[in-house]
Amino acid sequence: MNTTYKQLPPKPVDMKKKIIHWASTILTIALIIWSCIGIDFSGIKATAAQIAGAIFSGILHPDWSYVYNGSGEDLVSQLWQTICIAFLGTFISAIISLPFAFWAANTRHKKWYASRSGKIVLAIIRSFPEIILALMFIKAVGPGSAAGVLALGFHSVGMLAKLFSEAIENLEDGPNEAVTSVGGSKTNIIMFSIMPNLMPALISNTLYRFDVSIRSASILGLVGAGGIGYPLIISLQYRQWNRVGIILLGIIVMVVIIDWISGQIRKRLV
Amino acid sequence: MSKTEQDLMSLPKKKFKFMNLAWIVILVAGLFVSINVTNTHLSELFANFGQFTEIFVQMSHPDWSYSSTVIPLLLETIKMAVLGTLFGSIVAFVYSLLIARNIVKNKAVTGTLRVIMNIIRTIPDLLLGAIFVAIVGIGPVAGILALSVFTFGVVVKLFYEAIETIDPGPIEALIAVGANKLQIIHFAVLPQIMTYFISYVLYAFEINVRASTVLGYLGAGGIGLYLQQTLQVFDYAKTGTIIIVIIVVVVIIDYISSKSREALMR
Amino acid sequence: MADSVKPIIELKHTSKVYDNGTVGLKDINLTINQGEFVVIVGLSGAGKSTLLRSINRLHDITEGDILIDGKSITKAKGKNLRLIRRDIGMIFQSFNLVKRSSVLRNVLTGRVAYYPTWKTTFNLFTKEDKQKAYEALQQVGLAEKVYARADELSGGQQQRVAIARVLAQNPKIILADEPTASLDPRTSERVLNDLRMLNEKYGMTVVANLHSVELAKEFGNRVIGIRAGEVVYDGKMSETPESVFTDIYNGGNGSEDEDE
Repeated sequence: MNTTYKQLPPKPVDMKKKIIHWASTILTIALIIWSCIGIDFSGIKATAAQIAGAIFSGILHPDWSYVYNGSGEDLVSQLWQTICIAFLGTFISAIISLPFAFWAANTRHKKWYASRSGKIVLAIIRSFPEIILALMFIKAVGPGSAAGVLALGFHSVGMLAKLFSEAIENLEDGPNEAVTSVGGSKTNIIMFSIMPNLMPALISNTLYRFDVSIRSASILGLVGAGGIGYPLIISLQYRQWNRVGIILLGIIVMVVIIDWISGQIRKRLV
Repeated sequence: MSKTEQDLMSLPKKKFKFMNLAWIVILVAGLFVSINVTNTHLSELFANFGQFTEIFVQMSHPDWSYSSTVIPLLLETIKMAVLGTLFGSIVAFVYSLLIARNIVKNKAVTGTLRVIMNIIRTIPDLLLGAIFVAIVGIGPVAGILALSVFTFGVVVKLFYEAIETIDPGPIEALIAVGANKLQIIHFAVLPQIMTYFISYVLYAFEINVRASTVLGYLGAGGIGLYLQQTLQVFDYAKTGTIIIVIIVVVVIIDYISSKSREALMR
Repeated sequence: MADSVKPIIELKHTSKVYDNGTVGLKDINLTINQGEFVVIVGLSGAGKSTLLRSINRLHDITEGDILIDGKSITKAKGKNLRLIRRDIGMIFQSFNLVKRSSVLRNVLTGRVAYYPTWKTTFNLFTKEDKQKAYEALQQVGLAEKVYARADELSGGQQQRVAIARVLAQNPKIILADEPTASLDPRTSERVLNDLRMLNEKYGMTVVANLHSVELAKEFGNRVIGIRAGEVVYDGKMSETPESVFTDIYNGGNGSEDEDE
C-alpha cells in the first residue's frame, strides 16, 4: 500500500447548473420580498384573539339544539342537502366528462391538435372559478341548491375529464386492435374494449371527485347556492359562535365519513 | 380428439352478482333523492337558459378599459398566494417530519398530530377564508392566513407520505455511525426528499393562486372583491374582464409551475 | 494483530424475541477479540443478521448484555450510545448510500458523529476530514469518482464507497452484513480484499455474515456457525473440517427439518 495520498481536487463547477440554481433561488427570494411589500399586516382587528377564542370555545361548547329540530333548517338537513348537491353534481359532471375525455385523450390514432385543443378547453374550464359559476347559475335558476348542483356539475368537468383522459391514455392498445381485427367499428371498440377496461379507473376517479365535491358543496352556500355554507356565513355574521362551532364540527364529521366510505370503496375496486 | 357437437357443454348461466345490482339500486335511489332534495329540474335550467347565455354573452364582450383598475388587486392576489404558500409550507415541512413514522417512532405523538392534521384538511379553502375574515377582519391578512392553513393541509399530506416511502438504508447507516436525530434527518432524509418538497410547494402554489382569486368575494383580499362589486351591479362586461384576467394568470402560473416541477424531477 | 489478546465484543446470555414472538437469538455467549476476522455462517433466517444488528443495537435485545470494549451498549443511552456506535462501522448488503448525494458527501457522513449538530447542519466539515475522506476513496480505488453522484456508480463501486465511509469513520470494529450478497463473484472478492486490508493494516476487528462458504474460507480466520438463533459451532478457520459447513447448511445432525 502506498502511503502518500493525492490532495483533494477542488469540486468541478457545472456553470449551467449553478446559474440555474442561483437564478431560481434569487427569483424566489425576490418574489417573497415583493409579496411582503404593500400587504398591510397592521390591519388586523384588535379583537382577533378574542374572536378566535370565541370560535374555539364555540367548537368546544357547540349549540346542540341546532343539530336536529325538524324544521328543515337544522344542521342534519343542511348537511344532507350538501351531500345531495355533491352527489348530483358529481354524477352530472361524470356524464359530461366522458365525451370531453375522449376528445382530450392523446391516443395514437389522433391528430395532435385534436387532443391539444381538448386539453386547452379543459384547462380553461378548470380555471373558471366555481364560485363565479355558482353566481351565474343563481342568476339563471335563482338562489338555492339547484344553482350549486349545476355549478359543481360544470366545474368538475375540467378536472374529472382530465383524469378520465389520462386513464384512456394509459389503456393498452392490444384489446382495441383485437376488436378492429374482427371487423369492429369505432363504437364497437368503445363498447367492447375501451369501456370495460376503463370502468375501474372511471369509478375510482369519480369517487375521488366526489370527495372534492363534498368540500366544494359546503362552500357554495357562502354565495347562496345551497348547502351548509349559507347557515355558516349567517352565523358568522351574527356572531353566533356556538352555532359556528356546531356547523364546523358537522362539516368535519361529514367530510371524514364520506372520505372514509369512498376510500373503502376505492380500496375494494383495486 | 375431436368432439361431436352434442359433447360440447351448453353455455352456463352467468352468475348473478347481487352486489352489482345493489350498487345500481343505490345509485338510482341516490339520484332520485338528491334531485328531490336539491330541487334541481333540468326544465327550469332550459327555461332560464336564455338568461344564462345572456350573462355569458355580456361577459364575452369584456370591458378592457377596466383591466387597468384590476391590476393592483391582481398583484395583491398573487402576493397573498405567495405568502400563504410560504407560511403554510414552512409549518408543513416541520410537521411532516414529526408525523412520519420512520422518523418519529413514538406512535402516540404521530397519531395525535395526524388526527389534528386530518381535521384541518377537511376544511375547504373558502370556508377558512370566511372564518378568518370573521377573526381578523376584512383584508388580505385574512386571505393569507386562510391560504397558509390550506397549504399546510395540502403539503403535509403529500410530504409525509413521501418521507415514509424513502429508502430506509441510509437512515440505518447513519444510526450505525452514531449520528443523532438531526444529523440523520440532514444527511439521510433530506437529500432523498427535498425535490419532492419543492414540487409539492409549487403544486400548492398553483392551487393557492386559483383559490386566492375568489377569496376576495368573502372580503379576504385580492381581486375577488371586484368580482363581488361588478356582479352586484350586474355589470357583466366588467365581470368578464376580471374572469379573463384571472384565467390568463392562472393558466400562465400553472404552466410555469408544472414546467419547473418537471425540470425538478428529472 | 499480534498484541496481547483483548476482548472487544462480549455477548453475555444474549436473547432476542421479536414482537411477534419469533425467536431471533437464544442465549448467546460469545467473545470476540481485537483484530480478529470473524465470519458468521448459517442458513438465511438463522439469526446471523439479528446477531450483527444487536451488536451495534440497530436491534434491541430482550435479555442479556453486550459489551463493546468493556462498555455495555445495551444500557447506553443518547449521547453515550452514539459514541459507542461511532466506534463500530457497518457495511450493508444494500450499501445504504444516499443515492442523490455525491460520493464525497457519502464518505463524509462517516464523520458526522465527530461533530456537533450545528456544524454538520451548515456542512462545516474540516479540510482535514475532507482530505481524509478523499484518502479513504483512494484506498478503495475510487478517487476519480469523488464528485460523482452515488447513483451513477455500479453496485460494486457503491459498496466500496460504503467501505470508504467506514474507513473515514475510523472505528475499532466493522460489522459487515452480507456485504457481497448483491454483487458478482469478482466484485465480491474485491470488496472482501478491502475489508481484509482494513483488518490487517488498521487492526480493525471485522465481523462478517457471509452466505458463500468459499469466501468465508478464504477470508475468515475464525468461524461461527449459527442455527435457529443459537451458536452451533465456533472455531479457528484453519482447524474447521468441511463437515461443519455441510452440517450447518443442511440443518445439522442429518435431520433436515429441525428448523422451520
